[in-house]
Amino acid sequence: MNAVLAGFRGFAGYLGGVLGADAYKKYLEHHEASGHTSPPLTERDFWRDRTDRQDTSPQGRCC
Amino acid sequence: MGTMPDGTQRDSTNSNTHSSMHATAQLDDGIVPDPSLPPTSVDESVRDSADRTWTPAKIALWAVIALLGGVAWFMLAIIRGETVNAIWFVFASVCTYLIGYRFYSKVIERYLLKPNDRRATPAEYKADGKDYVRTDRNVLFGHHFAAIAGAGPLVGPVIAAQMGYLPGTIWIIIGVVLAGAVQDYLVLFFSMRRGGRSLGQMAREELGVIGGTAALVATLLIMVIIVAILALVVVNALGESPWGVFSVGMTIPIALFMGVYLRFIRPGKVMEISLIGFVLLMAAIIGGGAVAGTEWGAAFFHLDKITIAWGLIIYGFIAAILPVWLLLAPRDYLSTFMKIGVIVMLALAIIVVRPEITVPAFSEYAGRDNGPVFSGALFPFLFVTIACGALSGFHALIASGTTPKLIEKERQTRLIGYGGMLMESFVAIMALVAAISIDRGIYFAMNAPVALTGGTVETAAAWVNSLGLSGVNITAGDLAQTAKDVGEQSIVSRSGGAPTLAVGLAHIMQQFIGGTAMMAFWYHFAIMFEALFILTAVDAGTRVARFMLQDSIGNFVPKFKEHSWRPGAWLCTAIMVAAWGAVLIMGVTDPLGGINTLFPLFGIANQLLAAIALSVCLAIAAKRTGPKYLWIVAAPLAFAAVVTITASFYKIFSPVPAVGYFANNAAFAKALADGKTSFGTAKTQAAMEAVVRNTMIQGWLSIIFVVLSIIVIITAVMATIKALRNTAAGLPNAEHEDPARASRVFAPAGFVPTAAERDLVTEWNQLPAGERLEKSGHH
Repeated sequence: MNAVLAGFRGFAGYLGGVLGADAYKKYLEHHEASGHTSPPLTERDFWRDRTDRQDTSPQGRCC
Repeated sequence: MGTMPDGTQRDSTNSNTHSSMHATAQLDDGIVPDPSLPPTSVDESVRDSADRTWTPAKIALWAVIALLGGVAWFMLAIIRGETVNAIWFVFASVCTYLIGYRFYSKVIERYLLKPNDRRATPAEYKADGKDYVRTDRNVLFGHHFAAIAGAGPLVGPVIAAQMGYLPGTIWIIIGVVLAGAVQDYLVLFFSMRRGGRSLGQMAREELGVIGGTAALVATLLIMVIIVAILALVVVNALGESPWGVFSVGMTIPIALFMGVYLRFIRPGKVMEISLIGFVLLMAAIIGGGAVAGTEWGAAFFHLDKITIAWGLIIYGFIAAILPVWLLLAPRDYLSTFMKIGVIVMLALAIIVVRPEITVPAFSEYAGRDNGPVFSGALFPFLFVTIACGALSGFHALIASGTTPKLIEKERQTRLIGYGGMLMESFVAIMALVAAISIDRGIYFAMNAPVALTGGTVETAAAWVNSLGLSGVNITAGDLAQTAKDVGEQSIVSRSGGAPTLAVGLAHIMQQFIGGTAMMAFWYHFAIMFEALFILTAVDAGTRVARFMLQDSIGNFVPKFKEHSWRPGAWLCTAIMVAAWGAVLIMGVTDPLGGINTLFPLFGIANQLLAAIALSVCLAIAAKRTGPKYLWIVAAPLAFAAVVTITASFYKIFSPVPAVGYFANNAAFAKALADGKTSFGTAKTQAAMEAVVRNTMIQGWLSIIFVVLSIIVIITAVMATIKALRNTAAGLPNAEHEDPARASRVFAPAGFVPTAAERDLVTEWNQLPAGERLEKSGHH
């Protein structure tokens, strides 16, 4: 049963990665690793900033 | 700039030979790795010897793959039985992809691109935690695939099935291995070496002002055409379909709700809201059946194509000026979710159900140029019709956009660029299988314009039976029953590819899950996801085109370069929407059937973009290698150029009215001048005037496209010759790559790490946490 659960978690994690659901986690990791002294953006602010930046730099979606 | 693009010193006499005898640490690539870190790249000699050692098990594996692929191709191409099983399409394609990936993409890697894992990628040296983020290769593969795959590979092969299954199958499979995947791989790699620069910027750098400007203008126009024709596919799928209009319409409030949820209620819970959205989407499809079953629902949501087209134009404008978080981002999540789910499901269903295909390898139309679904001869029109599944220029815009900023190691570009495109080609093969698994008579009744079928089941059945196609004999009852099964009022003349694919998919899926009772659900499920992909592409395409236009106008009126300046943004959005909207309305009202005449223009536009992308790649490749390996780029470029330029010339100069835009224009203009009130399929004088107008616009669009593309190709060939001459004379070429920096991370290149890569990963994992950069991707 544990293996099934782990498999499901792995799949959900993968799908989340493809969708970009882990973007905030990666931002925090980057923030920590790069040794910034200022506090990181909060989760709410990070996602706001992320979608707002897409307003000015749109990404194409293919046919 | 005395370094070769792969970082080796130009003056080293053996820069083109392998340094396999050197240990990695002594490589002369101008990179000084941190001595406290383990190697950032597998030693070249180790990798080479692993590649070149053929153990009996490895030989047996590849022999089996080659044999299975060979048998599958034999079954498809040589055996002429009554039917052919769909499973052979799966084996032929997958085995060919595996061989292409294992052998051909390695040739490109080894001799042309020469990736160097000791070099940091932009995701490492420009890391900002937002746009430039090292991403796990498997996750990035899914991400890149979701960005390149859309409705194109789903509808092109369906329309091309008019000529039988074999021409399309060969072009999709061979084309992707030698052209489509090569283009994606090269563009991704070159853009990665340039910090993620766009195709337009690379064109400007490599081809100069004239070539760069032509490439930019062509890209802009091509995007307009592509968006317009994708929109036309949606309009044709939703016209007179209350169920489809309701369920696709519901995606808008669902996406708005998701957007608000992510912005204000639970920010960042992307998986959670995507699941909720998915459930709502299923409810919308099921609810659509119920709503369309009621009298008021059928009346309210029964819209003709012109109304839907206008609705789409207004929607397109509003969607493109709304903030991204409200509509585009949430629908993108839904679209990605559906894309992966649908493709996995369709692959499973085809493998489990293994439908028997009765369509001939070459149909009666393979040798003619007057097919009812699309007009023109097999060469070149089959090659442009399939478009996205085999070679898609649009991918160059993606491969030079987000993906290169996320790549972790240089060697992973092969998996993501080349491998991602192989996946897309597989989607096209499955779409082809779904389309040809339905009865041929139904196929032609669905895909021919109303002008031919007459629009009713009786006239359509009579027309199809009059074509004299072998093995085709349908009755009006068959057509009515199919429409009833899929929950539509009629399936006659539902051209555009999407409805045919939906019928095919419903036909296969109902054998897998649910039986005939579920057919209507599967049909609308298919229509829903195609519409979802297309609406996202329309919205994103309008935005990208708007920015390109703003930047171009900004060269003359600097104020336009400020992207946050509302009046400029709105004006440019309006111009772009008006441009594709005009082509859309033209297609919807076209007495000749819209898709029939416009789809070739879509294919030509997409492949001209591919020719432009390959031209830029040729000019870049010429600086990194002698003429010996340039054929890797030159061959697909030559093919794409010949196909698209020939197709354009047919469209411009052909004296056959069904093929040539101007010939048609002249025929209708003459009929009008002669005072006729009906001519061919145009039954009124107004319709005849519409044909004259439409063909003139389509003809001029063809001329502009082909002229711009020829300019780009010529400037690229000139840049290539110049680079080769410089190299021969020992002169340096201008280098636009970012300078090489030492990498501080390691990750395997392929899905499955090699033994040497596993050893290195272990070595890296033993480093104390503080001394290495954080791991990428999901944990």
